[in-house]
Amino acid sequence: MNGDGILDVQDLSISLIGEGAPVGATDKVSFSIGRGEVFGLVGESGCGKSLCALAIAGLLRAPMAVTGGRMMFEGRDLNTLTPSALRALRGNRISMIFQEPMTALNPLMTVGDQIGEMFVLHRGLGARAARMKAIEALEQVQVSSPERRINAYPHQLSGGMRQRVMIAIALACDPALLIADEPTTALDVTIQAEIVELVLDLCRAKGTAVMMISHDLGLVARICNRVAVMYAGQIVEERNAGAIFTVPAHPYTRGLVEALPRLGRRLERGQERLAEIGGVVPALRDFPTGCRFAPRCARATAACAVPPTILALSDGDQVRCVHHV
Amino acid sequence: MSDPNELLTIQGLKVHYTIGSGWRGRPTAVKAVDGLDLHLRAGECLGLVGESGCGKSSVAQAILGLVPATAGRVTLDGHEITGPRKVDPMQLARSAQMVFQDPMSSLNPRQTIRQILSGPLRLHGMADRDERAHRVTEMLRMVGMKPDAADRMPHAFSGGQRQRLCIARALIVRPRLVICDEPVSALDVSIRAQIINLLLDLKTELGIALLLISHDLGVVEHMSDRIAVMYLGRIVEEGGWRQIFTAPAHPYTRALISAIPDPMHRDRVPARLSGEIPSALSPPPGCAFHPRCPVALPACRTGAAPDFTPTGPDHRARCHLIEVPAHA
Amino acid sequence: MKAGANLYLGGGIILSVTLLAICAPLLAPYHPVTSANLMYAEEPPGAAFWMGTDEQGRDILSRILYGARISLFIGLAVQVMNTIIGVSLGLSAGYIGGWWDEAVQGLTNLMLSIPTIVFALALMAVLGPGLLSLLIALGMTDWAYSCRISRAQVLTQKSLNYVQSARTMGFGPVHVMFRELLPNIGGPLIVVATMGIGSAIMAEAALSFLGLGVVPPAPSWGGMLSSAREQLMVAPWVAIFPGLALFLTVLGFNLLGDGLRDSLDPQGRGRK
Repeated sequence: MNGDGILDVQDLSISLIGEGAPVGATDKVSFSIGRGEVFGLVGESGCGKSLCALAIAGLLRAPMAVTGGRMMFEGRDLNTLTPSALRALRGNRISMIFQEPMTALNPLMTVGDQIGEMFVLHRGLGARAARMKAIEALEQVQVSSPERRINAYPHQLSGGMRQRVMIAIALACDPALLIADEPTTALDVTIQAEIVELVLDLCRAKGTAVMMISHDLGLVARICNRVAVMYAGQIVEERNAGAIFTVPAHPYTRGLVEALPRLGRRLERGQERLAEIGGVVPALRDFPTGCRFAPRCARATAACAVPPTILALSDGDQVRCVHHV
Repeated sequence: MSDPNELLTIQGLKVHYTIGSGWRGRPTAVKAVDGLDLHLRAGECLGLVGESGCGKSSVAQAILGLVPATAGRVTLDGHEITGPRKVDPMQLARSAQMVFQDPMSSLNPRQTIRQILSGPLRLHGMADRDERAHRVTEMLRMVGMKPDAADRMPHAFSGGQRQRLCIARALIVRPRLVICDEPVSALDVSIRAQIINLLLDLKTELGIALLLISHDLGVVEHMSDRIAVMYLGRIVEEGGWRQIFTAPAHPYTRALISAIPDPMHRDRVPARLSGEIPSALSPPPGCAFHPRCPVALPACRTGAAPDFTPTGPDHRARCHLIEVPAHA
Repeated sequence: MKAGANLYLGGGIILSVTLLAICAPLLAPYHPVTSANLMYAEEPPGAAFWMGTDEQGRDILSRILYGARISLFIGLAVQVMNTIIGVSLGLSAGYIGGWWDEAVQGLTNLMLSIPTIVFALALMAVLGPGLLSLLIALGMTDWAYSCRISRAQVLTQKSLNYVQSARTMGFGPVHVMFRELLPNIGGPLIVVATMGIGSAIMAEAALSFLGLGVVPPAPSWGGMLSSAREQLMVAPWVAIFPGLALFLTVLGFNLLGDGLRDSLDPQGRGRK
């Protein structure tokens, strides 16, 4: 796509390789993220959004494997990189933060050592210099008295504090891309807003692009520039974030917006019945042929038995539905 | 308060846990719930809101008799739950039941749905064999499941279906109160509406009262008739849902509401609430919220915690500053 | 697949030994005790006596076949006792907690710090030799592992909501422990119990070897090994065949336990 993109994913297919034929977990996922852009990838559990993130970071593990497509990061094809080249990239140019910071941090190392490690590994700094940088990094994520906190172990910190440490580690080397996989889901609402703003502020300052992965359409719609909605391994809609919540095009996105009891909705419209999306989220092996959302879709017709192609809307927006709004 | 419709009354409830027992350390009391007042009318949905660690779950466990109350009085459906004259646990089980957050671990994986649903009926001697089978089928229908679900094992069902089954189990002994602890937050977003609608339908159909424990204010607003906001073991504000959301009286309630991002108004940046909830091991003196309060006065930092100040019919809050506008 | 191999090999061995033990009266060419005839003492293996004879001229094959009945019976009975004691203590300690948990843990550590065989020896010395005292001695000494495993399992399971909801429903502790928890911790316990049968058979052999187990002339593998000691140089078959039977049976139980562990593993179960 356009030349200023730092990440360009084309037709990414990830499959479950096991006994028998490979089972497609994602189907030709394409998107691109521009320099400094905040891009949202939204979907429910099992839709393949986290798999895409892991594939980009080169962290996909058996039985999952990339079976097709291209991931160009800063002009280099991530699929062709050697493991050592990928390691040099990870934590340095691409970094990740996860949902549960407790399991992502090493419980036996002080947070200072864990942040400093990044500078030792990717910047070749000595222990003393790395420590100074670690204090600086903790300061950036607004941890109070960082000289003292640097000697703390993860279990001595609260959940919000641990997530700040994770952010400090991830952004230590000023990466070009930060992949944030449900970074606030495990946190309290009051802390969530704070953490999200922190990530956005820091990335804006460092020119880091953010790939925000979430099940929370409301959060993503508010903070991102562009949003892609995934369902059953496919991107079903990619939109300007301003439009995705107010005028969703795909029946699935529309369903999600309608089904959510959004704050203030009852004041506006009373305690009406929530619009349900019937049925259940299909499991990996049971992805429907044709339009994958058709079995749960109120607008489905005979035409939906054929897999729909991606239709271009205005402004580079795209939707995968013949009955889009 | 002597409302004839009152189903649950909690007065001055304290639940303190002792940690660090034996020779390993000095025992310390964690004041999970510390002087909580709450009341819930029959057929009403009360939303209990608060951050993790504020003691919400301890309240639920105390109502169900799963943890002993350190002090205070809990009355449910005319029965004393605490103190020396406390009700038989079997009677309590027929009055209050619970639906948990994670439906995956809430059903015994080694029992069929029929065993899970009819076991309580047998325990409580509520029906003979034929009647039990009938009640199981009837209950499954009420929660939107087919009768053939009865003879399958829990692993055959998806998260949303399991939550329906959990609701069925809670309702099978026909309790008057169902405590729902984050009933939808472990579910897929597209499934949540189904469960929310189901709970509200059952509330109307059976006249059960719901105690909805949640941090999702959108869900709380949608489902609740009344709302209580909890902070560090106490209720800091309670009132009708409309009052809480249109005219929140406590600064904490205001902060909670404004922390929610509004996807419809992308330019409105959510308010930040500085700091995190203090530990229940060492609650701050004075008003427990003062270290995080944007409008705290020196008076809030010392002395006793503020008492409830009525701010309208059936609406009250614990804050020193509520009367300030009246004096100004 | 290795897991499957262990399961089938172990299961096969145990099934064969069990069948042989059950059919001993049909299969044994001679009576295990009354066939003593000094004329045929210490015959090497041959056409008449496939595994040779012992110092009293008794057919070793017949004695091994009948000995299998004793070994299997003791192994099973001892392990049933151990499992009942261990699971009851572990389940209640994990579920009830508090002082009871501390007491049970103390007792468990005490049992683990004394070698089973020494403790059993001491008990046997008090009770005197014989089958019943052997069962009591072994059945009360080797429950520590079942206890520990059931306690650890209960600790992880009891915080799960299905246990909470059973309590909420008004079910009492006995129901919760034995009807809700026990079926869910059964997997690892079966593994421990299976391997425990092997060690119980070993322990019985050891006690019989020391003359404290099954009273001669009843055929027991340990007893046979014991009386073979003196003829080890002249008639090695007297020791080799009972030893081999013991080895195969214990191996079979261990393989079966290993195989069960792999097939009961929750991750393995998910793949089904």
